[in-house]
Amino acid sequence: MIADAVGCILLASITLYAVFGGADFGAGLWDLLAGTTRRGRAPRALIEESITPVWEANHVWLIFDLVIFWTAFPTAFAAVMNTAALPLWLAAVGVLLRGAGFAFRKEIDELRWQRAAGATFAISSLLTPFFMGTVVGAIATGQVPAAATHARMSAWTNSTSLLLGCLFVAACGYLAAVFLVAEAASRADHHLEVYFSRRARAAGLVAGALSLATLVDLHSTNHALYHRLTDRALPLVILAALCGLIVVAKPQRRFGARVVAATGVAAVVWGWGVAQYPTLLPGTAITLSNAGAPHTTLVTIVVLFAAVALVIGPSLVLLLELQRRHVLAEPSAGAGPPGPAARPYAGDQTPSVQ
Amino acid sequence: MDARTAVLSAEVVPARAQMATTLGFHIILACLGIALPTMVLLAEFIGLRRRNAVAMTLARRWSQAMGVLVAVGAVTGTVLSFEMGLLWPGLMGRFGGVLGLPFGIEGLFFFLEAIFTAIYLYGWRRLSGWAHFWSGVPIAVAGILGGMSVIAVNAWMNQPGGFTEQGGRITSVDPWQVYFNHAAGYEMPHMILAAYLVTGFVVAGVYATGILRGRRDAYHYTGFAIGFVPAAVLTPAQIFVGDVAARAIASDQPVKFASMEYVAGTSRNVPEWLGGVYVNGHVYAGIRIPDLDSLLVGFSRNTKVTGWQTVSAAQRPPAASLIHLCFDAMVGAGFVLLFAGAWVGFTWWRARRLPRPRIFWVLGAVSGVLAIVAMEAGWVVTEVGRQPWVVYGLQTTEQAATKNGGVITSLSAVIALYTVLGVVTIAILRILSRRWRTTGAEEDGVPYGPDSRDVAAEARA
Repeated sequence: MIADAVGCILLASITLYAVFGGADFGAGLWDLLAGTTRRGRAPRALIEESITPVWEANHVWLIFDLVIFWTAFPTAFAAVMNTAALPLWLAAVGVLLRGAGFAFRKEIDELRWQRAAGATFAISSLLTPFFMGTVVGAIATGQVPAAATHARMSAWTNSTSLLLGCLFVAACGYLAAVFLVAEAASRADHHLEVYFSRRARAAGLVAGALSLATLVDLHSTNHALYHRLTDRALPLVILAALCGLIVVAKPQRRFGARVVAATGVAAVVWGWGVAQYPTLLPGTAITLSNAGAPHTTLVTIVVLFAAVALVIGPSLVLLLELQRRHVLAEPSAGAGPPGPAARPYAGDQTPSVQ
Repeated sequence: MDARTAVLSAEVVPARAQMATTLGFHIILACLGIALPTMVLLAEFIGLRRRNAVAMTLARRWSQAMGVLVAVGAVTGTVLSFEMGLLWPGLMGRFGGVLGLPFGIEGLFFFLEAIFTAIYLYGWRRLSGWAHFWSGVPIAVAGILGGMSVIAVNAWMNQPGGFTEQGGRITSVDPWQVYFNHAAGYEMPHMILAAYLVTGFVVAGVYATGILRGRRDAYHYTGFAIGFVPAAVLTPAQIFVGDVAARAIASDQPVKFASMEYVAGTSRNVPEWLGGVYVNGHVYAGIRIPDLDSLLVGFSRNTKVTGWQTVSAAQRPPAASLIHLCFDAMVGAGFVLLFAGAWVGFTWWRARRLPRPRIFWVLGAVSGVLAIVAMEAGWVVTEVGRQPWVVYGLQTTEQAATKNGGVITSLSAVIALYTVLGVVTIAILRILSRRWRTTGAEEDGVPYGPDSRDVAAEARA
């Protein structure tokens, strides 16, 4: 019972990371694909402005995911860490480079170094969700043994894992594009609104196709999970599909697009959770209730999460609201040369890339 | 295979080296994350209250540097979270349900810190003076409480408790006892004070360097003072806490203490060694002060001090010399910093000004480095001194370490990556400083604050 509640808490914080952290990674993807210095200036500036004040707060959900995982389900955590060590290492390095590259780019004056930092940020924004996806794939396909002590390459390089890695990247790009449409609209930038809605649609279609492919692939890699996704978790699967269709049909929907897109991603996460319930590591006997933590630990996690909801909830709403009202801006404006933050890759020295 | 050779084999050595590298790097940023917000707020407070434009400029600029440092600290901290599982699956698999709880509390405070850091850093232009100041206060508070929570985990590893284990499974946990474990009482204040000392002296060091280079202006003296004064005031407190901690360790972890002080066999009238290298029962090149160690441990020459020979060789930490010299380096640096603070205090008392001799400013310039050395050396003492245990008396580091090969590879990658990261971080800070210097304080558009307000008041009059 209490283990189920903690399972829900873990899934909820994974969902929040997937939506908010995912959108930040996706923004890096669009930064990567924004083209030459000159052409990419406007979208890169919007991306920079949109994620600068919020990415660190969004990133903390990842810490929460890890901490809840290892505190509530320590044996399962150790098994996953052992089995999928390599993609997890790569994801950790990706997280490091993404954040550092992004923070550095803002403060660098010279174009070529700015470009190097920007490329570090953008490429690691692509790789990090990919490797995280493969780890989820390893778990979902039952490739993590209960008493794992060694890494297994095959666990995360099977077809489902690779598909999930790609799906994660596409879903991040999709979320980011939908969010950026709204950001552009709030700045009355019609050009960028169209620019990102086109990308939202494309990414949505790719993510949809990858979701279907993953589902079909699960039919052979983890039939039990496939069966439950099309049975017990079917309403959530349908909800996810519907949300995707609504957004793809009209990504510029003024108010609802962001909520609908986020709901779609949440439905996928919870669909996975419901389909797996109560198993924590498919293919093993490890469930939510026997993964190593005593009752008191689980109770403490519930209390802690209540505190998080009470303290962090309002603070986070405040931050996002200030950001929505454009209260938050670079402090350097007015001091020193034109802040690269306002115009990444900008300046008079704008030779084109490539 | 006896435990001594086991320690030197397998993946445990590279795993420890990697943890040391990443933690040793992150801890500097963690110190700045804990205490820099307080320094920035102090500068802003002076700027607002005393209408001091120089302090206001400093606050704005420091907060810009803080933005970079907090970002790098956030991601290097995340790498450590991954490493907890990737390098130490044995530790997390067995004790995750216990030591995870303080980490969860830390997560709460880290979240608060991240949110209000964003509001504070990016609110300079649009939030009014005191509203902006107060948006920064939660960062400083959350920094301290978050730091305490992480230290709770380390203290727990030194003095584990607050749980029951039956048949290899943790059956119940008392979160309160885990968090406020026996070592938390001295480790928490010691590290929080260390964070303030490191930050204060690093800030002071930056401006002392500027003053040495001839930039003797109000801007540099103010920057120096806002960093130096709090750090110097806290230094005696830190030395007191450290003394209490050492005595506690003498009873809590006698073997660690014995390595710190070169006590081989349990005895009375134990001398204190300053420096020196321990080889085969002899201390070379050390200064011996008779009876002092006994005196420090129990306030009497007669006090019995436990030696490391009370446990088998396999249960002693390796490299007593390393532990002892690091301990001496920490204490020595602490006293040099105490001296620097006393110098300022004395000069201020006699002449109401800062000291003039060049040698003082050289000392000020290196005070940041000294504080970092002391802090890092302290971590070496507590971590190496706990070996071969990861959880004192319950689990060895070898049992906790990953069985996966390839740690040598990740270690090499990490060393390369963190070298670049460190170099670039410092380069970015230098870019910022150069930009500020070329801009000049007067052109630095303060959006609100004393200047513009005074101007507005004059305009109205």
